[in-house]
Amino acid sequence: MPQLTCQNLTLGYEGKTVVSDLSFVVNTGDYLCIVGENGSGKSTLMRAILKLKTPTSGQIVPSDGLTPNDIGYLPQQTVIQKDFPASVREVVRSGCLNRCGLRPMYNRAEKQMAEDNMQKLGVAPLARRCYRELSGGQQQRILLARALCAAQKILLLDEPVAGLDPKATADMYELIAKLNKDGITIIMISHDVAASVKFASHILHIGRQSALFVGTKEDYLKSDAGRVYAGAGGEK
Amino acid sequence: MTEIADKFVLYFQYPFVQYALIVGVLIALCSSLLGVTLVLKRFSFIGDGLSHVAFGAMAIAAAMNLTNNFLLVLPVTIICAILLLRTGQNAKIKGDAAIAMISVGTLAIGYLIMNVFSKSSNLAGDVCTTLFGSTSILTLTMTEVWLCVILSVLVIGVFLLFYHKIFAVTFDEDFSTATGVKAKVYNLILAVVIAVVIVLAMNLVGALLISALVIFPALSAMRVFKSFKAVTVCSLIVSVVCAALGLLISIIAGTPVGSTIVAVDIAGFFIFSMAGFITTKGLMRRG
Ligand SMILES: Nc1ncnc2c1ncn2[C@@H]1O[C@H](COP(=O)(O)OP(=O)(O)O)[C@@H](O)[C@H]1O
Ligand SMILES: [Mg+2]
Repeated sequence: MPQLTCQNLTLGYEGKTVVSDLSFVVNTGDYLCIVGENGSGKSTLMRAILKLKTPTSGQIVPSDGLTPNDIGYLPQQTVIQKDFPASVREVVRSGCLNRCGLRPMYNRAEKQMAEDNMQKLGVAPLARRCYRELSGGQQQRILLARALCAAQKILLLDEPVAGLDPKATADMYELIAKLNKDGITIIMISHDVAASVKFASHILHIGRQSALFVGTKEDYLKSDAGRVYAGAGGEK
Repeated sequence: MTEIADKFVLYFQYPFVQYALIVGVLIALCSSLLGVTLVLKRFSFIGDGLSHVAFGAMAIAAAMNLTNNFLLVLPVTIICAILLLRTGQNAKIKGDAAIAMISVGTLAIGYLIMNVFSKSSNLAGDVCTTLFGSTSILTLTMTEVWLCVILSVLVIGVFLLFYHKIFAVTFDEDFSTATGVKAKVYNLILAVVIAVVIVLAMNLVGALLISALVIFPALSAMRVFKSFKAVTVCSLIVSVVCAALGLLISIIAGTPVGSTIVAVDIAGFFIFSMAGFITTKGLMRRG
């Protein structure tokens, strides 16, 4: 069933078009990888899906009962977090906030959910540690746990493995694949075409200004764009 | 030693000393609550900018012969706070430049107005007290004390009510907005509360020294503690202790109130920096 539909989407900054006339559908349970060069507009597209950016034209329509409260987000790391005094537990719990409304404190169910998600991502032993003193891989897991607290239906991940070592990268991919098997729709931005092709069910390849390819992984590997970028490494 | 103790006991019997302590402690409490967020949002100088706005507004109020200048100063400062926090991300003039512009501009115009319209014979003295705080904290009326108590309770209430939201919005505004938290609303609330605190704190330390009152306790706490809750609680305690200590010293030694409090805050910062240095070194040695 369609969960998100992008229709003739055009995005840009102050008159400069970054993405033009893009249309695609994301179905419930899909694992969509968005690939493309630096500056091709992948993050911009994701911000539009999250309603952090208004499209120049076209629209993004949620369906299948999707509301902003069902969307989890793993952002590209921002500078402000680097010296922020926050414990791991505080960060993960903040994901529950969209359910609180005007209630000032987290309730028991929300606290439990934070603990469960820390367990699930293997960061429970770090709960009392300071977020900024942990390794890149651990930080990404923590942000993923926070994203899971925010939503169970769809996860948007912006370069979740950027800056991680090979072991942490492999672990991260496994984790995301497992979450997808549990029924969460994944939309992930990645530089790593080979890994994207290995795990994803669908690929969106953004080129300069327009989509080079939208469709299933199998079709992507047969397409011109796929053959050039995925190369031999992708065809496992 | 007993001499000083006797002096304490004697001073404490004066209502004006009691009022000054109550008001001083409340203001220190409020400003420390917001300090952590302001430092983390890279808005350390907003306190400075807003206090200059408040100074300009005060000059206008004085020129207009308003009896209660709060009525003009508070709304003007709140409006400027909202404008400054709103320009944060995508303005043509970047955050720090906007703050510098408003802060220097209002300072100059405030002084100009004071100079042209003031009927006071001691202009330099008036300006000096508004900028560096005055002994006016020792001449508070009951109305002023109550106004301060009510505003402080409001500030503390808002902070407690929105504590988790303030944390989330400060830590990661994009994530909050994306997952359906109304970050814009909370930023607005934050701006209003900051303005209220600034106007309150002007009474205590004066326009030029407010930033110190807001920033030092937060920075001290961040040297040692690593979670948002611990940092908030610690900076609150540091701020209150420093303000009370500074007030007492200034009363007994006859030094200017504002600068004495700030001096104690600076001393606190050095102590916490040392403590932080020692604990992190200790941790490293343990592995
Ligand atoms: N806030 C912004 N203001 C103006 N231009 C921007 C902004 N953010 C990104 N861009 C531009 O939009 C283009 C796409 O950026 P982005 O979506 O971040 O690319 P990607 O994530 O694919 O590397 C780039 O050319 C970039 O310079
Ligand atoms: Mg990007």
